[in-house]
Amino acid sequence: MLSSVILVPAVLNGLMTGAVYALVALGLTLVYGVLHIINFAHGALLTAAMFAAVFAYTLLGLDPYLAVFLLAPLFFVAGYALQRFVIGPAAHGEDRNFLLVTLGLAIVIENALLYFFRADTRIIDLPYAFDVVELGPAFIAVPRIVALGAVIAVAAALWAIMRFTDTGKAIRAVAKERLGAELCGINVAHVFAITFGLGTACVAIAACLLIPTYYVNPTAGEAFVLIAFTVVVLGGMGSIAGALIGGLFVGVVESLSSVFLGESLGQIGIFALFIVTLLVRPSGLFGARA
Amino acid sequence: MKTFLPIVLVVALLAAVPLFTTSNVVLNFLVTALLIALAGQGWNLLGGYGGQYSFGHAAFFGTAAYATAILQVRYGVNAWLGLFAGIAAGAVVGAVIGALTFRSGLRGSYFSLVTLAFAEVLRIIASVAPITGAGVGTLIPLDLHARAFQFQSRVPFYFIALALVALSLIVVRAIENSRFGAYLVAVRENEDAASALGVDAFSVKLCAITISAAITAAAGCFYAQYFLFIDAEIAYGPRISIDALLAPIVGGAGTVFGPLLGALVVKTLGEATKLIGADAPGLDLVIYGFLLVGVVGLAPRGIAGLVTAIFRSRVSGGSTLERSHG
Repeated sequence: MLSSVILVPAVLNGLMTGAVYALVALGLTLVYGVLHIINFAHGALLTAAMFAAVFAYTLLGLDPYLAVFLLAPLFFVAGYALQRFVIGPAAHGEDRNFLLVTLGLAIVIENALLYFFRADTRIIDLPYAFDVVELGPAFIAVPRIVALGAVIAVAAALWAIMRFTDTGKAIRAVAKERLGAELCGINVAHVFAITFGLGTACVAIAACLLIPTYYVNPTAGEAFVLIAFTVVVLGGMGSIAGALIGGLFVGVVESLSSVFLGESLGQIGIFALFIVTLLVRPSGLFGARA
Repeated sequence: MKTFLPIVLVVALLAAVPLFTTSNVVLNFLVTALLIALAGQGWNLLGGYGGQYSFGHAAFFGTAAYATAILQVRYGVNAWLGLFAGIAAGAVVGAVIGALTFRSGLRGSYFSLVTLAFAEVLRIIASVAPITGAGVGTLIPLDLHARAFQFQSRVPFYFIALALVALSLIVVRAIENSRFGAYLVAVRENEDAASALGVDAFSVKLCAITISAAITAAAGCFYAQYFLFIDAEIAYGPRISIDALLAPIVGGAGTVFGPLLGALVVKTLGEATKLIGADAPGLDLVIYGFLLVGVVGLAPRGIAGLVTAIFRSRVSGGSTLERSHG
């Protein structure tokens, strides 16, 4: 039997990793909840944001935790523009086309990064990257604790935006009844783009939280986005609470399965979870309908 | 025979190429284009006619490639038998994935996601399982004899690839003109309405994904014999899934000649980029990505649809929305 000396740190670390998964998934689920499409460019955008965070540090000397305040608005604007001027017009309002257009964008972004920056893996050295805090039997890395805190703050902020602002009301209205919202004078194309921008901003924040302890190369985001898909499906497409709880859960599952099965098969555990959820309960744990 | 006449003409035209040139560069280009056309034709049946957009056709391609390679290397099975075994293996994987996903009612984005996940799971398994050669891959030993499905010259490979493509064209054209084909298109246009009219949507989709997988699997077997090497990234990586869907969409999804036309265009563009970009990694895929967005945005019916629209508007003096038939 494994003792709690191994299990407790594994669970705690899993929770911290899961927080970042939750944030990536939050962006994905937000876009799905409103536009009812899966954004296949999400991973590529995450990779782009991670590169941006690296360059913010190496070129501008900006600490990743400060770069958040530059990159999140920047990626919000980029996401807004992508949806408003590229994805929306190219998709002609057909769901199948959305899939293909976002897939096409993912291919463009990922390979443009590959072309410009080559397949080299980059990291940045930060003085606090290896600081740990002792928590009972476990040592938890400081960047992970920061990530957990930031994710909770972002989720709360998103919830507040959705709940209390007019934009949030408009987003919820469009998510519930697109045509009805349009008839009430809501600019649906604008709301779609805002939502896409928010989703992209989530990815930028996630990138800044990841980069102190993680590496980046042109396919770095892919690993996260497949996990994010799992989280979103598990939590229920479009559910913010589902993304949070699903993210933490998947983090723990991954951490435990790599303790029991080893690193490479730990990934299989996630995919198995993903496929089983899709097959057995495609609406997820918190989703209303499939 | 009128329905098959265009196929006969196109295939005859392509079959004449080796009369004019036996240059390895030209034939290699055409063989890889035919390979993509074949993989794309598989996607086209399920995605173009059936409206089920798979993002993981690599699952069928890779399984077939591994099946034919492993049977030869580890069990000494004849390569030609391996071809049929590979196609059968791909079809089985297609049937299993189809049965699981369609039984649980996955449509649209969900179907795309789950096919992608299946291909990824297979990729991870293939990169660690000992039988596939794990990270090293599987190398088919050189044995340049016709009975081993290996040839010194590229000409026989070219004719075999062409024969496979011709067969896929005939199969898809026959399906298009059959009752089953009509059911498939009905499911694409409106699954609920089709079900209400008595179409057994589940069986229709299951049948489509099985045939689709078999066609793409043939491309996988051919790949293994042509390059004599397969690893997890080639077999199950996203590249082949993208090629398989890009070709029919660019050429015209849901048309018989769409995949072939698209494969030739995409391959030409890819080679042209390599010439300009001096083989810089990623640049050809950047172009593919733009092409995908551009075609979906500007010519949703692909080149075939564009050509038909221009042709029809000249003939009748007005635009028509009717779907082209190759």
